[in-house]
Amino acid sequence: MRPGELIGSDRGARAAQPGDLRQAWAVLEQVMDPEVPVVSVVDLGIVRDLDWQAGHLHVVVTPTYSGCPATEVIEDDIRQALEQAGFAAPKLERKLTPAWTTDWITDSGRERLRAYGIAPPEGSSSKRSLLGESPLVCCPQCGSAHTELLSQFGSTACKALYRCCDCREPFDYFKCI
Amino acid sequence: MNNDLIQYLLRLGDSALIQGQRLCEWCGHAPALEEELALMNVGLDLVGQARNWLEYAAELINDGRDADHLAFRRDERSYRNLLLVEQPNGDFAVTMTKQFLYDAWHFQVLHGLSQSSDERIAGIAAKGLKEVTYHLRRSSEWIERLGDGTEESHQRMLAAIPQVWRFTVELVNSDEVEQRLHQAGIIGNPAEVAVAWQSKVADIFASATLPVPAPASHFYLSGRQGLHSEHLGLLLAEMQYLPRAYPDATW
Repeated sequence: MRPGELIGSDRGARAAQPGDLRQAWAVLEQVMDPEVPVVSVVDLGIVRDLDWQAGHLHVVVTPTYSGCPATEVIEDDIRQALEQAGFAAPKLERKLTPAWTTDWITDSGRERLRAYGIAPPEGSSSKRSLLGESPLVCCPQCGSAHTELLSQFGSTACKALYRCCDCREPFDYFKCI
Repeated sequence: MNNDLIQYLLRLGDSALIQGQRLCEWCGHAPALEEELALMNVGLDLVGQARNWLEYAAELINDGRDADHLAFRRDERSYRNLLLVEQPNGDFAVTMTKQFLYDAWHFQVLHGLSQSSDERIAGIAAKGLKEVTYHLRRSSEWIERLGDGTEESHQRMLAAIPQVWRFTVELVNSDEVEQRLHQAGIIGNPAEVAVAWQSKVADIFASATLPVPAPASHFYLSGRQGLHSEHLGLLLAEMQYLPRAYPDATW
C-alpha cells in the first residue's frame, strides 16, 4: 500500500479504490455555495480538479471574483464535507488561472438558479457580452423577456439587479463573465 | 529586477486597496440603495485584487510579513498608491470622476499585465480585468449621465474635474522602474497605456458634454515614491486602527 493511496476514515485507513475520486466528487456536489445555497460548488465550477497527492486528496478551487468574501467559507465547507466523508486532511489549492468564468456553470446549476429566482448568465463570456450592450435576460418568475437593468451590481459582486416590466418583480441576474 | 517588481506590485496593490477603502466610506451614505450595493461591490473587487498583489509582494519581500501585515502595518511613507485614489470622496461627482479616471487607467494597465511574461502576474491581471471591465463600463455611464444630465449635475461635474485632474499626471508618466519592467516583458508599455487612457477620457468626456482639461504635466508629490498628500495619513489611521491597537488579534 503506497502512501499516495491512503485515505482515512472512521473505520480506519484503507487503500484508495478507483471509486473514491468519484465519491469525492459526489460529496462536493452536496456542498452548496453559501450565498446561493441551491447550487453546489461543483455546479458553479469552483472545484476545478481532484486527485491524490502524497496520501491526501488534492482539491483545486478557483474563486469566482477576486474579492469574493465567500471564498474562505467555501474552502472551509469543502474541507469539512470531505473530512466527514472519510477523506483525511484534504489539501486545498487556490488557483487563479484560468480565471473563473460563468461558462463553467453546469446546465443543472443554471436550472437551479432559475428555480431559485436568479436569472442564470446568458450566452458565453465572449468580449462582446462583457463590453457590449445588455444581454436579453428573462425574468425567472414569469419568463418574460421584457426586463430592464436597474444596477450593474446586485446583492453580490457576481450579480446584477434587474426588474421585470411585465410582472414588475425585481430579480438578480448572474452576470456573465 | 526583484526590487523593481516588489515596488510595482506594491503600487498596484496599494492603489487598489486605497481606492477600495475610499469607496467603502460610502457605506450607509450612498444616494440610493442600488448605488450603495454597486459602490461596495466595486470596492470589494478592488480589495480582493489588492490582496492578490500584496500576497505576491509579500512572498518576494520574504521577511515574514504577509499581505495583511503589508496592508495594516505600513506607514504612509511606505505606501506606493496613486495620489488620485487617496483624495477625499467629495460629492458623488468627485467620487465618480476619481473612479472613472482610475478605472480607465486600471483597465489598460491590467490589459498589458494580462500578457506578462510573469505567469502569476498574468493570472491575477486576467482575473482582475474581467471585474474592471464592469467597473469602467459603470463609471463611464455615470460620467455621461452626470455630465449630460441636469444643469445641477453638469455644474457639479465641472467643479469636480479640476479638483482631481492634477493628480492624473501619475497615470500618464512612467518612471524608471516601469521602464525596466516593460523592457523585461513583465508589464505593458506605459506610453501605450497613457495614450489609450487619454483617448478613453476624451471620448467619454465628449459624450458627457464636458471639456477635457489640458494634460496634467507636473505635481510636486509622487505616490509612487511614497510622497503623499495629507489625506492618506488620515485614511490609514482609520483603516489600520484595529490591527494596530490589537496586533495579531484573531476572530
